[in-house]
Parts: sequence; structure tokens; C-alpha cells
Amino acid sequence: MALPEERHVLVVFPHPDDEAFGVSGTISTYIKQGTPVTYACLTLGEMGRNLGNPPFATRESLPEIRKKELQASADAMGLTDLRMMGLRDKTVEFEDDEKMVGMMTDLITELNPSLIITFYPNLSVHPDHEATARAVVRAVRRMENRPKLHCVAFANNTLEVLGEPDIIHDMSAVRDQKMGAMKAHISQTAWMLEEMEHKLAQGDMDTENWLTRERFYNYRWDEDFEETF
Amino acid sequence: MELVEVKKLQVQLDAFAGKDVYLHLETTNGSYATHFNEGFFNAGAFIRNVVINYELGKVVGESPHRVGLKLPHGWVYAQGITHYEMDEHGRLLLAGHDGSGKLAVALEISETPFSY
Repeated sequence: MALPEERHVLVVFPHPDDEAFGVSGTISTYIKQGTPVTYACLTLGEMGRNLGNPPFATRESLPEIRKKELQASADAMGLTDLRMMGLRDKTVEFEDDEKMVGMMTDLITELNPSLIITFYPNLSVHPDHEATARAVVRAVRRMENRPKLHCVAFANNTLEVLGEPDIIHDMSAVRDQKMGAMKAHISQTAWMLEEMEHKLAQGDMDTENWLTRERFYNYRWDEDFEETF
Repeated sequence: MELVEVKKLQVQLDAFAGKDVYLHLETTNGSYATHFNEGFFNAGAFIRNVVINYELGKVVGESPHRVGLKLPHGWVYAQGITHYEMDEHGRLLLAGHDGSGKLAVALEISETPFSY
């Protein structure tokens, strides 16, 4: 599936592997179409819990492992502009809010994206996801000419709040790149991938759809998550 | 990391006693606990690079072990410790990994600060 032409796509997520399951097909497709894509990853997932038993890593050695996995995921998608923003996993929401908006504003000013992809505020489960979503929305809200904002939402009440996603990308054509991105994060995704491949081998259509169809919501400015900031 | 051997770990704990050491302590159920189980009460705590000086450190019990550090004016302890490692930077890393390989608790001490 070809995607609508964009000037530049900016993807902002807090953890290595946030891009892999829901967005790596879309990123790969834009890159194949010749659209510049920047992925700003705010942390290195330093607080990841999958360390194995017997352990394959320690709390202290994990960041270096995940940094390499993030680079491998970028390589699998063909992404060349990967930004590691240097925050610490699970602390994003405790950073100064204005500083976070500034970080996003700097990226947007530099790259002038026509599309930004991030999480949907209040529907993205992990506190770092929520903090990232808030910072991006706040930065875009202040702009005169707002780029499009496509948001990933996966909280259990997403359907209730937003209904069906308004953007669905069929990413069957870049399935290999997507699998590559997911497998790149093997330290954290091994058990999920095992379960997924088992279901795919059994011809489970829900899993196939989950894998190949990437779902986004246009951010609803008329139902903004806060009145002011 | 290796499974805790009480006698060996005790020697390592003794070696840091009476020194200013940087502490990392965390307990966690993971940020998705309530997403997967809506009735779950998710609690945890995290502290990193706070300097302490303990007079007595002890590892106690069968695995998963408890480890306690007695300070001049207080205590630090962790329960659920299964594995340990003295890493290449001379830092003593203790962790509790559950049966599925997920970290549930970590207690680490070092004479030099941990990264950010």
C-alpha cells in the first residue's frame, strides 16, 4: 500500500521497540517511497524487565544492548536519521514539562515535518508514552501551521473513547522489514514473537491483521486532552 | 549473573561496609501490570545514585534471599534476590528475576556513580 506523500515524517516514542510493533511498517514504507523519516527515541529502555532467567544482562548492561537493538531496528527499516534523546526510562513524566515541549519544538523546527507520529494522550498505557504524547501535542498546539498528527492508542478503553481507528495502513508489502524491526529488539520481544509466530503458523487471522495493519488516530484538536498548558 | 551463594555474596557485601557507596534500589511490577490485569494494584520504588555508608550488610535465607544494609541512622533492604554479579567495574549487582526472566527487584552498590 502506497502512503500519501509527505515532506518529512517525524516519529517520537520513548522506548526502543515502541516503533516496532505498531509503526515499523509505516516507517519502512515511507522510506521506500523516498520520504525522509526521523525517529526520535527518548530513552534507551534502561528499565526493561526482560533480563532472562538465567540472566543474559544486568540492569547496568541492558542500555548498551538495547541501543544496539534500536540501531538494528533502524537498519531493518532502512532508517538513517535515528536520534537518541538521552532521557532515562520511566522518568519522562517527571522531567520539566516545558523542557519536554522545548525538546519537541526543537525537533519540529529543525525538521519541518508534514506528519508526526506518536502516542495518543490518555490512551497509551505506559507513563512514558503518556508524557511523550503530551509533550508532542503541546508543541504542535503552539504552531501556526500544524503538521498532521497520527497517534497510536492501545489502552483497553480505546474503542470506547475514540471508536475505530481512522487511519489503517496495510503493511503486507513491507512485512519482512517489519519482522526485522521486531526481531531486532529480541531481548525484549522474544516471548511475544514466539507467541505471534506460533499463531501465524496456525493461520490465525487476528494475528495476521494485527501484524500487517497499522492503526492510527488523527489527533482530535476539537477534543483536546487539556484546555491550556 | 550467577545464582546467589550466600557465603560468597556475604564476602562481597562485607567488602563494601564502612565505605561511601552509590546505591541503586528498585522494585517493579512493570508498567503494563494494570493494562494486562485491571484489578492489579501496581506499586514500585526506585532510587539511584544516592550515597550511603553501611556498617553491616547481610544476606539471609533461602533463595529468593533478603539482603539488608544497616546504616548509622537507618536501613536499606531488598527481598526476592536470586542472582548477583561483581561486574567489570567493581560494582556489586544484585537482582531478583522471576521464573519468566523478568526483573522484580534490584539492589546495586558501587564506589563510583552509576550512569545517569
